Amino acid sequence: MTPPDPGPGPLLEVKGLRKYFPIRKGVFRKVLGHVRAVDDVSFSLDRSETLALVGESGCGKTTTSRCILRALSPTQGRILFRTGEGAVVDVARLPKSQLRPLRRQMQMIFQDPFSSLNPRKTLLDIVGEPLLVNGMRSRRERAERVAELLRLVGLRPEYMRRFPHAFSGGQRQRIGIARALALNPSLVVADEPVSALDVSVQAQILNLMVDLQAQLGLTYLFVAHDLSVVKHVSDRVAVMYVGKIVELAPTERLFDAPRHPYTEALLSAVPKPDPRLRAQRIVLQGEVADPANPPSGCYFHPRCPYAVPICRTERPRLEAVAPGHLVSCHRARELSLRGVGA
Amino acid sequence: MPTDGRPILEVRELRTYFFPEEGTVKAVDGASFEVFPGRTLGIVGESGCGKSVTAKSILRIVERPGRIVGGAIHLRREGGTDPAATIDLATLDPAGLEIRHIRGGDIALVFQEPMTSFSPVHSIGNQMVEMIRVHTRLDKAAARERAVEMLRLVGIPRPDRRIDEYAFQLSGGLRQRAMIALALSCHPRILIADEPTTALDVTTQAQILDLLRHLQAQERMAVVLITHNLGVVAEMCDEVVVMYLGRVVERGPVDAIFHAPKHPYTRALLRSIPSIRASVRTKLPTIAGSIPHPYNRPPGCPFHPRCPDVIRGVCDRSEPGPRPVGPGQTASCFLYEESP
Repeated sequence: MTPPDPGPGPLLEVKGLRKYFPIRKGVFRKVLGHVRAVDDVSFSLDRSETLALVGESGCGKTTTSRCILRALSPTQGRILFRTGEGAVVDVARLPKSQLRPLRRQMQMIFQDPFSSLNPRKTLLDIVGEPLLVNGMRSRRERAERVAELLRLVGLRPEYMRRFPHAFSGGQRQRIGIARALALNPSLVVADEPVSALDVSVQAQILNLMVDLQAQLGLTYLFVAHDLSVVKHVSDRVAVMYVGKIVELAPTERLFDAPRHPYTEALLSAVPKPDPRLRAQRIVLQGEVADPANPPSGCYFHPRCPYAVPICRTERPRLEAVAPGHLVSCHRARELSLRGVGA
Repeated sequence: MPTDGRPILEVRELRTYFFPEEGTVKAVDGASFEVFPGRTLGIVGESGCGKSVTAKSILRIVERPGRIVGGAIHLRREGGTDPAATIDLATLDPAGLEIRHIRGGDIALVFQEPMTSFSPVHSIGNQMVEMIRVHTRLDKAAARERAVEMLRLVGIPRPDRRIDEYAFQLSGGLRQRAMIALALSCHPRILIADEPTTALDVTTQAQILDLLRHLQAQERMAVVLITHNLGVVAEMCDEVVVMYLGRVVERGPVDAIFHAPKHPYTRALLRSIPSIRASVRTKLPTIAGSIPHPYNRPPGCPFHPRCPDVIRGVCDRSEPGPRPVGPGQTASCFLYEESP
């Protein structure tokens, strides 16, 4: 079962997305300022592609993904989604009443397999709920579909009468994936799908996600902080810093030849599992900027080892340095930065 | 790093079991290792392998219904006339004066989550001053001075002002630095760091790891680093202990563990970690199955149901003990029965 062909063009196009959260204080909840969680983010996502959104906590990657699913309403910007019928809708402006048919096509895999499954429901109820909500009334029909889904994610269909507590973390994550796939979505947003799992189980879930993508033609928006995980699953990677995309490139390019100093620092900070590579790590000074009160110019300049005067005053724009490789840095063309070898 | 060849801490056949109503959980079941001054020992393993309970056992802070049921934890005494004199921490009264003096004084602990380790209603400074005054004879003013000094040492900007702030006012990275400052404020000889960077972002993690390494060299501390992150182990440790379901399956020098691992679990674990240096979109080798629930611990070698090299009729019958497999390296596996 593959999702219906929506025709040519990207599946999802995000244009100038902004999400500001008001900071309120006092008895009258006066708005004192805004946290710019997502600040002018644009990207597109082709069918059957995996785009990873990476960055450190507070960079806006999760907020971006929530806006796309309309779990949050964006402050500004357009989220153009191509539906199964071939129409393009702006998710950002759709009234709530029209969201439900769309939500069948966009599903989510959550981070924590322990809190995202209702402990008082059986697998049949958990995985079958989206089917019931969307009109599959016959219990037998639902049971058949649930069995099929469980097999798809590598679980035995006999398990459907059991409760989540009987399963390990990895198995629970498989259940979460089965639930997300119940309605044949075209877009799956996976927010840190393996970061709560043990190393030996992580690999199983990552492989499963890649297999399912090939089998079902799924499109993934993969939100993660772990760059090594990202490398194993994504076609392209967008690096976010304080609400903005600072670099977007095909995975291999981003890892081999990063063009933004923050990407370079991020790559070098990942501990490599080889004691012979205790390399000269780039240790960034200072801390991530406050999105309620970001620095002037380039948000990264106070921590950037390559900053020059213009970085303090002028905000760089996200520009292409090569086909498909976008960087937001004044010095992107002159710096030669260090990536990680294959 | 130079050592005088004698361990500062020696754990022998440690067994810590939990006795809940439903049965017995052998959280740590025969762990042995040594910790040397100025060196870093890494204890790695996945959830339920007993690495944190091992740390808690050393400090005698295992919660009920758990307790140490066997083994010894020898801590070498400081100074004194007899340099070989040791004290067995496993025999001490967990609420007694002696262990309370050792905790924070000789052995300090840094937790994973600094938010829960600091009291939310006392300032960072008050907590540090209290700790310093418990372990030293300094008066209040001198203790506060030392606290400011420690905060400066761990790289907290404006320590004289930060000292009066509360834990929730600091960012994750600064909070972890403050936690380390608190742990080191009485100049412990051993620092146990239980997942010290797991809750932090990678760039902050790099800062904290650098700080730990720097402070260790300066204070010549022994460090026990407990983590599930093999990258952190490779970067920080001199020796490594690999645990699985409460047992040490392999131990050895860090280079041997990563480049000549002998136990099938160590090998499988190393293969299955996603690597930043892997080629794009490659499939990862996996370990079959999942970690068994502690109540359903398999008989024989705890890893045998998932082991690719399992010897039927052997591995499922009895538990292998540690066997030498290289210089300073042992593996608890029947594959090495007849190895030289």
